Amino acid sequence: MSNIVLLALTGLGLGALYFLIASGLSLIFGLADVLNFAHGLFLAVGAYGTWWSSTHLGLGFVPAVVFGVLAGTATAVLVEMLLIRPLYRRTIEQVLVTVGLSLAGVALLQAAFGADPLTFPRPEWATGTTRILGAIVPNDRFLLIGAAVVVLAAIQVFLRRTRFGLIVRAGVEDRTMVTALGINVRTAFTLVFAIGGAAAALAGALAGVYFGNVSPGQGTSLLIFAFIVVVIGGMGSVTGSAVAAVLVGLVQQFTSFYAAAGVGEASVVLLLAVVLLARPGGLAGRAA
Amino acid sequence: MTPLLEIADLHVRIGSSHILQGIGFAVAPKGVTAVLGRNGAGKTTTLKAVLGIVPKTGTVRLDGEEISGLPTHAIVRRGLGYAPEDRNVFAGLAVTENLRLAERGRGPHRYDLVYEMFPELRQRGAQRAGTLSGGQQQMVAIGRTLLNDNRMLLVDEPTKGLAPKIVTEVADVLERAAREVPILLVEQNLALVRRIADHVVVIEQGAVVHTGKADSLLSDPDLTRELLGVA
Repeated sequence: MSNIVLLALTGLGLGALYFLIASGLSLIFGLADVLNFAHGLFLAVGAYGTWWSSTHLGLGFVPAVVFGVLAGTATAVLVEMLLIRPLYRRTIEQVLVTVGLSLAGVALLQAAFGADPLTFPRPEWATGTTRILGAIVPNDRFLLIGAAVVVLAAIQVFLRRTRFGLIVRAGVEDRTMVTALGINVRTAFTLVFAIGGAAAALAGALAGVYFGNVSPGQGTSLLIFAFIVVVIGGMGSVTGSAVAAVLVGLVQQFTSFYAAAGVGEASVVLLLAVVLLARPGGLAGRAA
Repeated sequence: MTPLLEIADLHVRIGSSHILQGIGFAVAPKGVTAVLGRNGAGKTTTLKAVLGIVPKTGTVRLDGEEISGLPTHAIVRRGLGYAPEDRNVFAGLAVTENLRLAERGRGPHRYDLVYEMFPELRQRGAQRAGTLSGGQQQMVAIGRTLLNDNRMLLVDEPTKGLAPKIVTEVADVLERAAREVPILLVEQNLALVRRIADHVVVIEQGAVVHTGKADSLLSDPDLTRELLGVA
């Protein structure tokens, strides 16, 4: 029983991390039709921003995370304005630019901070454990789950209660008609990049807590699972991404434990195949 | 009478197709100007080109101002309301959200007018637009254009696929709306055109082949047959 509780909470924690990355990816793809392979860079900037501000500026954990999130958000906005905006509707060029930026970002981080993982400054309470139904659960799982729930709620409030949210929801359905109503949808593009960048940067900071270190390639490796989550959840659906992230996290944890290391990753790909065969548009996405 | 909208030498090329081949006509500042023509003549493309939805070359002037180089949202903000063919309501949004999205500027937004013309939209405010009937979706599409103080409405085949009773209702609404704001109407339904249009522009294979008063064309069966293939 204690194993199941621990695996479930660890799977939910991992799923929370995937959701934080996938939510932005999904919004960006849904509205702007941009497959953003540079999204891992926003995560890495958030992680390194948190690490740097904590170790060099002496900030406490929360202010350091805020610093990292702001750095990731600013990076996302700059990427959108300088590199993506001139390439809307040019899918191949977008892919080339974002893939190139992703590779260049990793190289830049290696040049600046070295290729070796750096020990992440975790707050003391996050290194502790809590006993639940006999299982000794690391506290960082609760931090991840809590952060994902707050981000999911905040995105839902933004989408349901604000005019920009309304524009994003409409734009996901029919971007051309949104502009034909006199709305400059490009502003909404920048906004979803900012939101996606902030969520990914938060994921970067929390991934540092979860893994205990930060490395230049962390964003890229997590991005693969985030893409799988977005596809399973349905492109453009944040709620779908949340459900898919939970599924992926749980499947990965349980199969890794009860089968063998490496099977967890393979089972996630199998889950993707099964969902796509049953529902080609994903769990909650637009019809394929 | 100075035209409100002037189009000159409008060309649209999509892929290897030269869809509009130098279209030019003017739209009067009041009443309904109907754009007629056979299927594939370029009527819908003409509206989309005016709004900048499709890439084009040529001149489009709204009240003397050159607008052809502006992005779509900026053109619409100059006072053009657009009800597209197939309505293009946002299926996942509620009726009220569809209307709210169309609000431009600080208002006032004419909800009273919209709900007076389409009382059903008030009753179905919380319903998802994708679950409405075709006629109700058309109400949303036209309602969006009436919400703002537009200088002109561009309405594309508003009666397409609708039941005869709904066609009459749509005609009533357009007739009433035209008393306040000029309408550039693309329509295949000649009975509707005969009822509400003041002027006609006939397009054939991407070029204007006839302009004039609606009565003059539609009261001449031979000319109507020659230009439109029907009488």
